Amino acid sequence: MLSARASALRPGLAWVLPRAVGPLVAGVVVAFLLQLVVVPILGPFYEKLMMDIGINCLLAVSLNLVNGFTGQFSIGHAGFMAVGGYVAGAVTYYGSFVLWGSAAVHGGFLGGGDLLFLLGCVVGGLFAAGAGYLVGLPSLRLRGDYLAIVTLGFGEILRVLLQQTGDVIFVPAQIEQASAFTLATSLGGALGFSGIPFYTTVFWVYVMLGLLLVVAYRLKESSEGRAFLSIRENEIAAEAMGIDTTKYKVRAFVLAAFFAGIAGALFAHETGTTLNPRELGFQKSFDIVIMVVLGGMGSISGALLAAGLLTILPELLREFSDWRLVVYAVTLIVMMRVRPQGLFGIREIWELGRPRRGAQEKRP
Amino acid sequence: MTKLLQTLFDGVAVGSLYALIALGYTMVYGILQFSNFAHSDIFMTGAWIAYVVSAAAGWAVIGGDTPPLYSGLVALLASMAFCGLLGFGIERLAYRPLRKAPRLNVLITAIGISLFLENIGQRKELFGTQPQKMPQLLPDTTLFTVADVNFRIVDLTVIAVALVLMGVLQWLVFRTRLGRAMRAVSYNIPVASLMGINVDRVISITFVIGSTLAAAAGFLYVMKYPGALKQPADSTWILLGLKCFVAAVIGGIGNVRGAMLGGVLIGLMEMFGAAYLSPHMRDIYVFSLLIIVLLVRPAGLLGKATVEKV
Repeated sequence: MLSARASALRPGLAWVLPRAVGPLVAGVVVAFLLQLVVVPILGPFYEKLMMDIGINCLLAVSLNLVNGFTGQFSIGHAGFMAVGGYVAGAVTYYGSFVLWGSAAVHGGFLGGGDLLFLLGCVVGGLFAAGAGYLVGLPSLRLRGDYLAIVTLGFGEILRVLLQQTGDVIFVPAQIEQASAFTLATSLGGALGFSGIPFYTTVFWVYVMLGLLLVVAYRLKESSEGRAFLSIRENEIAAEAMGIDTTKYKVRAFVLAAFFAGIAGALFAHETGTTLNPRELGFQKSFDIVIMVVLGGMGSISGALLAAGLLTILPELLREFSDWRLVVYAVTLIVMMRVRPQGLFGIREIWELGRPRRGAQEKRP
Repeated sequence: MTKLLQTLFDGVAVGSLYALIALGYTMVYGILQFSNFAHSDIFMTGAWIAYVVSAAAGWAVIGGDTPPLYSGLVALLASMAFCGLLGFGIERLAYRPLRKAPRLNVLITAIGISLFLENIGQRKELFGTQPQKMPQLLPDTTLFTVADVNFRIVDLTVIAVALVLMGVLQWLVFRTRLGRAMRAVSYNIPVASLMGINVDRVISITFVIGSTLAAAAGFLYVMKYPGALKQPADSTWILLGLKCFVAAVIGGIGNVRGAMLGGVLIGLMEMFGAAYLSPHMRDIYVFSLLIIVLLVRPAGLLGKATVEKV
C-alpha cells in the first residue's frame, strides 16, 4: 500500500528533466535576452550598472550561504573575490599573450577569448574555493567573533601579499621567457593589475548569477542545505541529530568562496575597473555583509534585492555625495533597531504573505 | 646589539600604544561579548581632537613659537574628555537599545557607527578630507642615549603615559568597588543586577573608560607619528584598530592584563619583523600571529577556556 502510493507520487522522467535543467536554461535565456534586447536600449551607462548589480548579487547571495544559511559570521568575503579576480586575470592576461601575442579582446561571442575567460572564471573560482577550505578549517575550533576575526585576518594577509607582487609584464618577449612563477607573482602590486582584457558582459554576469541562484535555492530546499540551516539554528542540537557540523561549515565556506571567486573574476574583466588590492579589502567585505544583513540573513531574494538597492542607491544619491555615506551609516543603525531581521528575515519575497514557518504545521 | 635594543625599545613604545587601544576592546567584550568595531574611530576622533585643539590654540602654526610645555597635557585631556563623552553617547543611543538583540545586530550597528563617525568626520565643518600634520607639542629631542640607543622624549612619554593609565586602570578594576561591579557584570549580568549593581551604569562607565583610553592612545599616536594624521575615513585607522583588536584576542579577550600583554607582543612582533625580515609585511606578521594563537589556544594566552553548556 505504502510503496504503491510512493510510486504514484514519484514523478515521471518527462517531469523531472525540465525541473532539473529548466531553471538553468531559463537563466541562460534571460541572460541572453538581457544582453541582446535590454542592453542596446539602455546604453553603456546602464550596461555597467547592470553588471555591477549582477556582481554584487553574486557576492551577496554567496556570502548568504555562509552568514545567512550556516550562521557563521564571515567578514573576509572580499578576500575570496580577490583570489578569484587575480587568478582569472592572470589566466586571461598572460594566457592571451601566450596564445595570441597580445592582451586585447580576442574573438567574438563564445570565441577563443570568451572560452579563455570562462576557463579563467572557473580556475579563479576553484582557487577561491581552495582558499575557502583553508579559511573554513579554523571553524573547527572557533566560533562567532573569533571566526570573523580570522576571516578578516585572511583578507588582510591576502591584501598585503598582493601589494607585494611585482609589476605587470606587458612585453611579449619577456612573457615568453618568464617562468610560470614569475608570471604568477607579477600582478601589479599596490598599483593594481591593469591591462586585463574586458571580457565581462551582461550575459556572462547573469549566467553565473543564474547558476548561483539555482544552487542556492536548491540548497535551501534540500537535505544538504537543511544541514546548513540546522547549524545556524542550533549547533549543538544539529550535532545531536548526527550532523557533522564541521564538515558542513567547511562546505559552506568552500561553496561561497567559489562563487565569490567567480564574482571576482567577472569584476576583474569588467570595463573600466583596475583590480586593486585596496579596493578588495575589508571595506568591500563589510559592504557585502551589509547587503546580506539588509536583505535578511538567509533570504536569497532579500540578498538580491538588497544588493540591487545598495548598488543603485549611490548612483541616485550622487548629487548628495557629501552626505551619502553618512545617510548610509544612519540607515544601517536605524535598520538594526527597527527591523533587526533585515527586510525579509529568513523568508523569501514570495513567502512574505504567509504566516511564519512553524506557526502552522504542514500536513504530509 | 644596538639594532636589537633599539628595536626592543621601539617595540615596547608602539606596543604600549596598542595596549591602550586593546584595553577598550577587551573591556567592552568582557562585559557585552561583542567586538566594538567603532572603537578604532574613537581612537581616530581622539587623534583629531588633539589636532583641532592645538590648531585652535595656535600651536599648529608652521614656523610659529614653540608651544608651551603644558600644551601636550591640554590636548591630551581635551581629547580624552571629548571621546569619553562620545563613548557614553554611542553606548546610550546605539548599543543600549540593543541589549537584548542578537549579537550580530550589535556588531552590524558597530560597523554602522564606525561608518558614521568616519564620514561625519570627513565633513568640512569637522575635520575635513585632508590629512594634517600634527604640531610637535613635545620637544623632539633625545633625552639620553644608552649603548647607542636613542631614547626620544616622545617615545618615553608614550610609554610613561601608557604605564600610568594602565596602572590607574589596574587599580580601578581590581581594587575599587566600581571595579568589583565591573567584574561582576562581566561574569554574569542577571546575577550582578540581583546583587544590586546598576548594570546600565557600569556598562556606561566601561564605555567611557575604554573611550578615554583610546583617545589617549590617539593623542600619543599622533605625537609619535606627526605625519600620520590621515583623513577620518582613511583605512589606516581601521587597520590600526584591527591590530589592537588582534592584540586583545591574542592576550585573551575580556582579560585586562591579557590586552596589555597582547599589545606589547604585537608591537614587538611588528617592530622585530620590520627590522629583521621585511618592513612591507608588518600586517602579515600580526595576523599570522593571531591565526596561530587562535589555533593553538583559542581563548588567547591569558584567557580561560570556557566550557559550553547546553
